[in-house]
Amino acid sequence: MQQTLADRTVRALTGRRTRRWPPEAGILLVLIGLALTFELLGWIFVRQSFLFNEQRLVVMILQVSVIGIIAVGVTQVIITGGIDLSSGSVVALTAMVAASLAQSSDAVRAVYPGLTDLPVIVPVLAGLAVGASAGLLNGTLIAATSIPPFIATLGVMVSARGIAKWYTRGQPVSMLSDAFADIGGGAVPVIIFLGTAAVFHVALRYTRYGKFTYAIGANPQAARVSGINVGRHLIVVYAIAGTLSGLAGVVTSARAVSGQAGMGMMYELDAIAAAVIGGASLSGGIGRITGTVIGTLILGVVTSGFTFLRIDAYYQEIVKGAIIVAAVVADQYRHRGLRQRA
Amino acid sequence: MGSLASEPQDCLLEVRGVSKAFPGVIALEDVSVRLRHGTVHALMGENGAGKSTLMKILAGIYSPDAGELRLEGQALRLSSPRDALEHGIAMIHQELNLMPFMSVAENIWIGREPTNALGMINHRELNRRTRALLERLRIDLDPQAELRTLSIASRQMIEIAKAISHESRLLIMDEPTSALTERDAQQLFTVIRELRSHGTGIFYITHKMDELFEIADDVSVFRDGRHIATDRAGNLTREGIIRMMVGRELARIFPGEPARPGPLVMSVRALTLEHAFRDVSFELRAGEILGVAGLIGSGRSKLAEALFGLARASSGQVLIEGREVQIDSPQTAMSHGMALVTEDRKESGCFLGLSVLENLEISVLTREFARLGFVRTRALTEACNDMSRSLRVKTPNLHECIANLSGGNQQKVLLGRWLLTRPKILILDEPTRGVDVGAKAEIHQLIARLVSAGTAVLMISSELPEVLGMSHRIMVMHEGRVTGILEREQADPVKIMDLASQ
Repeated sequence: MQQTLADRTVRALTGRRTRRWPPEAGILLVLIGLALTFELLGWIFVRQSFLFNEQRLVVMILQVSVIGIIAVGVTQVIITGGIDLSSGSVVALTAMVAASLAQSSDAVRAVYPGLTDLPVIVPVLAGLAVGASAGLLNGTLIAATSIPPFIATLGVMVSARGIAKWYTRGQPVSMLSDAFADIGGGAVPVIIFLGTAAVFHVALRYTRYGKFTYAIGANPQAARVSGINVGRHLIVVYAIAGTLSGLAGVVTSARAVSGQAGMGMMYELDAIAAAVIGGASLSGGIGRITGTVIGTLILGVVTSGFTFLRIDAYYQEIVKGAIIVAAVVADQYRHRGLRQRA
Repeated sequence: MGSLASEPQDCLLEVRGVSKAFPGVIALEDVSVRLRHGTVHALMGENGAGKSTLMKILAGIYSPDAGELRLEGQALRLSSPRDALEHGIAMIHQELNLMPFMSVAENIWIGREPTNALGMINHRELNRRTRALLERLRIDLDPQAELRTLSIASRQMIEIAKAISHESRLLIMDEPTSALTERDAQQLFTVIRELRSHGTGIFYITHKMDELFEIADDVSVFRDGRHIATDRAGNLTREGIIRMMVGRELARIFPGEPARPGPLVMSVRALTLEHAFRDVSFELRAGEILGVAGLIGSGRSKLAEALFGLARASSGQVLIEGREVQIDSPQTAMSHGMALVTEDRKESGCFLGLSVLENLEISVLTREFARLGFVRTRALTEACNDMSRSLRVKTPNLHECIANLSGGNQQKVLLGRWLLTRPKILILDEPTRGVDVGAKAEIHQLIARLVSAGTAVLMISSELPEVLGMSHRIMVMHEGRVTGILEREQADPVKIMDLASQ
């Protein structure tokens, strides 16, 4: 192909080459760097290996799988240029609903005394349905009233938490069936996390759904002119995010073998952080599931590394905050060339 | 012609041999103009003639590549809009930069409010100053009125008052009346005359002839980045100005055969969209280009949006191949074989953060190239590759980010996006705006090829040579109404400008 001098100059100036490292390469290096730092500090301060400890690694991923499941949905919302603040409250609400339908006949004061020992599929589907409805509500509010996603999902966040408390008048739901508890046992949450990630990685890259999602985030007006039904598509994206929050709620209640209205507190922020650390841009059009998975693992390494070094939890949060800010600054730096040209 | 008999020392501002180039375009070439004290100097020219670039140089937004500016005989170098303001040069922007929830007085004096000993704003003094300023300019507005309650005309007055409050001696107005009603415009002219009588010099960009003869003392005409002529308004005629604006070299660009009208594809009857256009009727045949001429704001782009379902027409009928259709969304428009390339590439055309491929493929994913929601990547990439090659898009490969392409190549990609849908009716809104000369010719040839293959084209363009050179028929619009439809044989620049600025 013929290249003009101008073409070459542009590329020389913007440093854009045809073949580049995948965008996740940088963040993957950060993950490896963090892990190696903890490994080193581990040998110095606690005389133990951080990485070569199978059990620690499993616990580490297990701790963040729920965040990861939510983050897979939130990433898609962020790609459309939106945000979902309701995920944490939806986790609580679905945990309550799923737990109430998963009680065993041993339960002393079951929420629905006539509905104990149900097949495990019932609470799972109910949880997913609750999550999907919350997402549908988010999406419909945004598409129909064109209020900012921040406000719509903030409203749903507050209300969903309220409904979760009202559902049993604040009482926790316990004595769940073994079959239900198994969903949260062993490595099952990790499998669910990586499974959802794989499904939506494929959906974003190889389906029309994915192409439309990126297009809407990159330029909603151009998307509309190009024949995309932007409102309807946004509803679908938010419904998917809600369903995944529902799934996270089911896993949470299964892991804890109970449902509590205070579950999932601030999960939405961790999920957003995972997506943003993984390279999703809050201005829309940019983001990948692979990045989000790495972002989730970074959160896991930090949490588990600090515990491993026996450092107070306060410091964990301080460092986590710094990492989020650093990720966004790095993101802006990466896209600066593009924005200036635009 | 070209220089007035005024001595340089009489001039408020002198522009000498100024040139400015942007990548791919020479916006200004060796331009010299003089603005006399206490005069209104109108700048005329088609879009892209260089008027706005020159004014942005004067306002300190761009710096010239060559040439110099002299303010009252002193050499002037401007580094920023702030710098220009300090030299007494103020630009009244088309998009107003005012704060809706603050008062008139606060808007005018923002950042320069009179304060008391404690550093708190002295509102009484603020309002007194504002009242004095507004009285001097004979603007009848309450200093304490909240800005959002005021009309656009009043807001424009406040912009002017703000400029004067900076002791500006030179004002630049870029189409100040484009959003004003006749009565508001008269009010604006009163203020302009008042300023003129106090010695302020005003550069005034306009497309409206009537205005020019009403308010301007001197007139300069620009074309293709060059200064064509300057003369006293009294020495000029409407027709003379139009002739200078469009030049004489109106070679037919159209390479194909003249109209071979095919079957009727679309008829539009009395289509109306409130506040945009009224009673628009026309017919479009296969293999025909219907050009749409008119000034900015004449309702042409809104017409395109209404036809394509982006805006909902309030009344009227659209028939496609003889059947009445209700087009309420771009999806329905597409299902009737329509395509629209919008006027603003960045605003509503390109996905700037995405690749060339992602920009090309987006409109065909719904119909072809997808099976059960999965994109048939290989077939699609091949089709996009073919399209990109046949349009000669200059890009290293399809994965290049479209933001790195030149304007002309971005435009080709957008055309390609719609050609992949194989449209029967192609609506083009300013198809070659901001496109370099080479790509422009290629786009023209492409349109000609499509038309000879039977596509019906509705082409909106503000460039007369383009409309005249490409169209089989030309529909002229003015303030939301069709003022005439001309056959290509009858059409000439003077007739079109006449219909467009009645």
